[in-house]
Amino acid sequence: MAFGPYFLLASLEGLVTAAVLSLMALGLSLVFGVMRVVNVAHGEFYMLGAVLAWWFSTLVGGHPAVGFLLALVLSPLVVAAIAFVAERLVLSRLKYEPEATIVATIGLLYIVQQLALTFYGPEARPVEAPFNYRISLPWFGYSAYKLAVIGFSILMMIATWFVLTRTKIGLVMRATQFDRETAQAFGIPVGRVYAGVFALGAGLAAVAAVLIVPIQQAHYLMGHDPLLLSFIVVIIGGLGSLRGTVVAAVLIGLSDGIISMFFSPTLAKMLATLAVAMVLVFRPQGLFGTVAR
Amino acid sequence: MAAVTPLLVTRDLCRTFGGLRAVDQVSFSLPEGETHAIIGPNGAGKTTFVSLICGRVAPSSGSVVFAGDEISRMPAHRRVRAGIAYTFQITSVFANLTAFDNVALAVQRRLIDDRARGLSARALTEQGMDALTRVGLAEHAGKVAGNLSYGHQRLLEVAMGLALKPRLLILDEPTQGLSDGEIDNFIALVRQIGAEATVLLIEHNMDVVMALAERITVMEQGRILAQGTPDEIRADNAVQQAYLGG
Amino acid sequence: MPGRAEGGVTRAMANRIKLTPSAKSLALHAGVVLLLLALNFLLPEYHRGVFARVLVLAVFAMGYNLAFGYTGLLSLGHAMFFAAGLYGAGLTVYHLEWSVWPAFAAGLAAGTGLALVVGFLALRTTGVAFMIVTLMFAQVFYLTTLYFTTYTRGEEGLVLPQSSRVLAFPGGALNLSDPSTRYLVALTLFTLVLTVILFLVRAPFGRSLVAIRENDERMRMLGYNVFANKLASVVLSGLFCAASGAAYAVLFGYVGSGFAAIQYSILPLLWVLVGGAATTLGPLIGTLFMFYVIDTASSYTTAHLLVVGLVLIGVILFFPKGIAGTVRGRWLPWLP
Repeated sequence: MAFGPYFLLASLEGLVTAAVLSLMALGLSLVFGVMRVVNVAHGEFYMLGAVLAWWFSTLVGGHPAVGFLLALVLSPLVVAAIAFVAERLVLSRLKYEPEATIVATIGLLYIVQQLALTFYGPEARPVEAPFNYRISLPWFGYSAYKLAVIGFSILMMIATWFVLTRTKIGLVMRATQFDRETAQAFGIPVGRVYAGVFALGAGLAAVAAVLIVPIQQAHYLMGHDPLLLSFIVVIIGGLGSLRGTVVAAVLIGLSDGIISMFFSPTLAKMLATLAVAMVLVFRPQGLFGTVAR
Repeated sequence: MAAVTPLLVTRDLCRTFGGLRAVDQVSFSLPEGETHAIIGPNGAGKTTFVSLICGRVAPSSGSVVFAGDEISRMPAHRRVRAGIAYTFQITSVFANLTAFDNVALAVQRRLIDDRARGLSARALTEQGMDALTRVGLAEHAGKVAGNLSYGHQRLLEVAMGLALKPRLLILDEPTQGLSDGEIDNFIALVRQIGAEATVLLIEHNMDVVMALAERITVMEQGRILAQGTPDEIRADNAVQQAYLGG
Repeated sequence: MPGRAEGGVTRAMANRIKLTPSAKSLALHAGVVLLLLALNFLLPEYHRGVFARVLVLAVFAMGYNLAFGYTGLLSLGHAMFFAAGLYGAGLTVYHLEWSVWPAFAAGLAAGTGLALVVGFLALRTTGVAFMIVTLMFAQVFYLTTLYFTTYTRGEEGLVLPQSSRVLAFPGGALNLSDPSTRYLVALTLFTLVLTVILFLVRAPFGRSLVAIRENDERMRMLGYNVFANKLASVVLSGLFCAASGAAYAVLFGYVGSGFAAIQYSILPLLWVLVGGAATTLGPLIGTLFMFYVIDTASSYTTAHLLVVGLVLIGVILFFPKGIAGTVRGRWLPWLP
């Protein structure tokens, strides 16, 4: 294949990564933005979403789309419910003290990972895509499902943006983010808002995971790399900024796709991680955003 | 005992936050040994101004000269060692350490630099207790600072400043939140300190200002509105209108 | 008049304020070391092996404790300092056929140098950003060990030949693969680091670190160079972690990427939290406790990660001060 088409292919793959990554990073960013805590277990919610997607899809027979749609609806709900319970049982009791929360979510990470290993096993399992159409481009064929993933992610982002900026739920969340004490004084149930945000963040990770399982397989260790990438996206995009998150996800997704063309994946990861660490050291407000308060 | 050069001089000192000029071209001079009060309405830039002097905030432009040395680019911790001590407006003690350990940290820092005397447990104890005694907290030395009353925590702040044996002690609203009886003690304490060090005092309580200050600077919107002895300030019409409320 | 009380109070305080450990705490720590020495001759073979490993890893935990417990720096990247020591010693033994002393020194140099660079960069950030930056630097280090798999053999790792693991002295040599020798060498390193930390925390430097943890802005306005003190803490912490890693390489003869992975950044955090952050004996207690908890759990279930997770959450929820911290809070306030 000539360089041009090859580059196009890499860019398309990069966009798919970016689409999934922005959903996942958005979840992390929301939790950090509103609750001011870092959820280290975010990658495990993603993994859980994928594993549950596999399980739900095996429950029903018939056309693969049925199983997939069932997973797309139920898996995020179950993951969100689990996150809600974890928030109420653990994080709320820690008073959202940042370092204690980090330690607790590390604990959560291990627990979820171990449960997945015990009940799901060490195998990687695929979920069949809801449709199997290939779009023929002049140079290569490309999976229509992958393009659909990009489209669906954009829809989800718009929906999230709408909820955050145009609805009462969004208003309550922003009020809580802006000033917790005042929000409480105005009768906003801050505890429930926090639990809701935590559940929403986990749910977004699960949606991202369901979208990815027809492309990558579900595996109990799959949460690790996306977690790091999400950290990177959230940092580069500026914490708590929706637009920054999307731009950063596209940037990271594309460069991930393109850099891997020229370097070994390990070297690409090394350089990217080092670069982002340096961004955080020298420009802690991110490349686009301003310091979140 | 008038010094030839003032202890502290600022020239055209500016600091902007975003578009706001918190401190606007302030030229100010403080002779050694003076007790000087800065007054002005909230948001006049008083705390920003002293923060520029002690180095907690970097200036946008202008210069700060302390004891003849240009210090506007010097990091805060080195300014402290050069002799500028700052007590926080919002009480900022080490809440989990004892009152003595709080003061000992200040003494320790000074003794590290004191080549002649050197750092020893004995010197640490003596000088730490000395500072606590001066503010009247000796009997609370072993108590955890966070458990002290608010008034005692304010005094502990001052004791930490004293323990540094500064040439210039900056007190940022030291009497805020104190009872009348505590304020009287405080006035006596600052008078004592003023006998040996230069004191720069931000204060809202006019009784305290009039009782202590040899000279007063009135700030408004980041600028110096007036400067003079307490009597002159009391008589100043502009000040009357702007601040003292007629 | 306050002046009257001065003399009496000063004299009373003079007996209490010391810059060196009290006789009581020196006796306690000497007792712990003697007990550990006796255990070398009393423990059955299997447990002696476990204890030797715990002693080496407790040094790792003590190093982590210096940064996290005393200075309040939550790092999620300390595996890189441990692994730098491990590889610094292991690779020089394996590829350059260095003897143990210079290899050990190479491990220390690698870890300390790395800590200096990483500390210099990462300490520009605080709090959560510091955690993420250290995590990322450690990830880069881990990926580096994988990338140079020709030399490191990645996850599979290298086994150092027994013949190279000999500690030469002017009067003879110690065979480090002998269980008793290994235990005693591990104990020696542990005792050395424990002693340094015991004296350090009472010394002005240690007091400064704790005060920086409590309120760094106030420390700055007392004239302390907060950055330099934090950096010194990170470098010393890196040195201890590297010592642990280098000792691990020459005592147990295995060097692998697994030790650079994120788990080995989280484990010292776990050990220190369980044992008690900012206590001298907490790291040992925590490491020992977790080793046996996981050991016991492993005989019932393979799900030892579950145990780690539950203990982490349980400790942070119900015993945030850890074992030694709780003992100090309730019964022995003089415990360092």
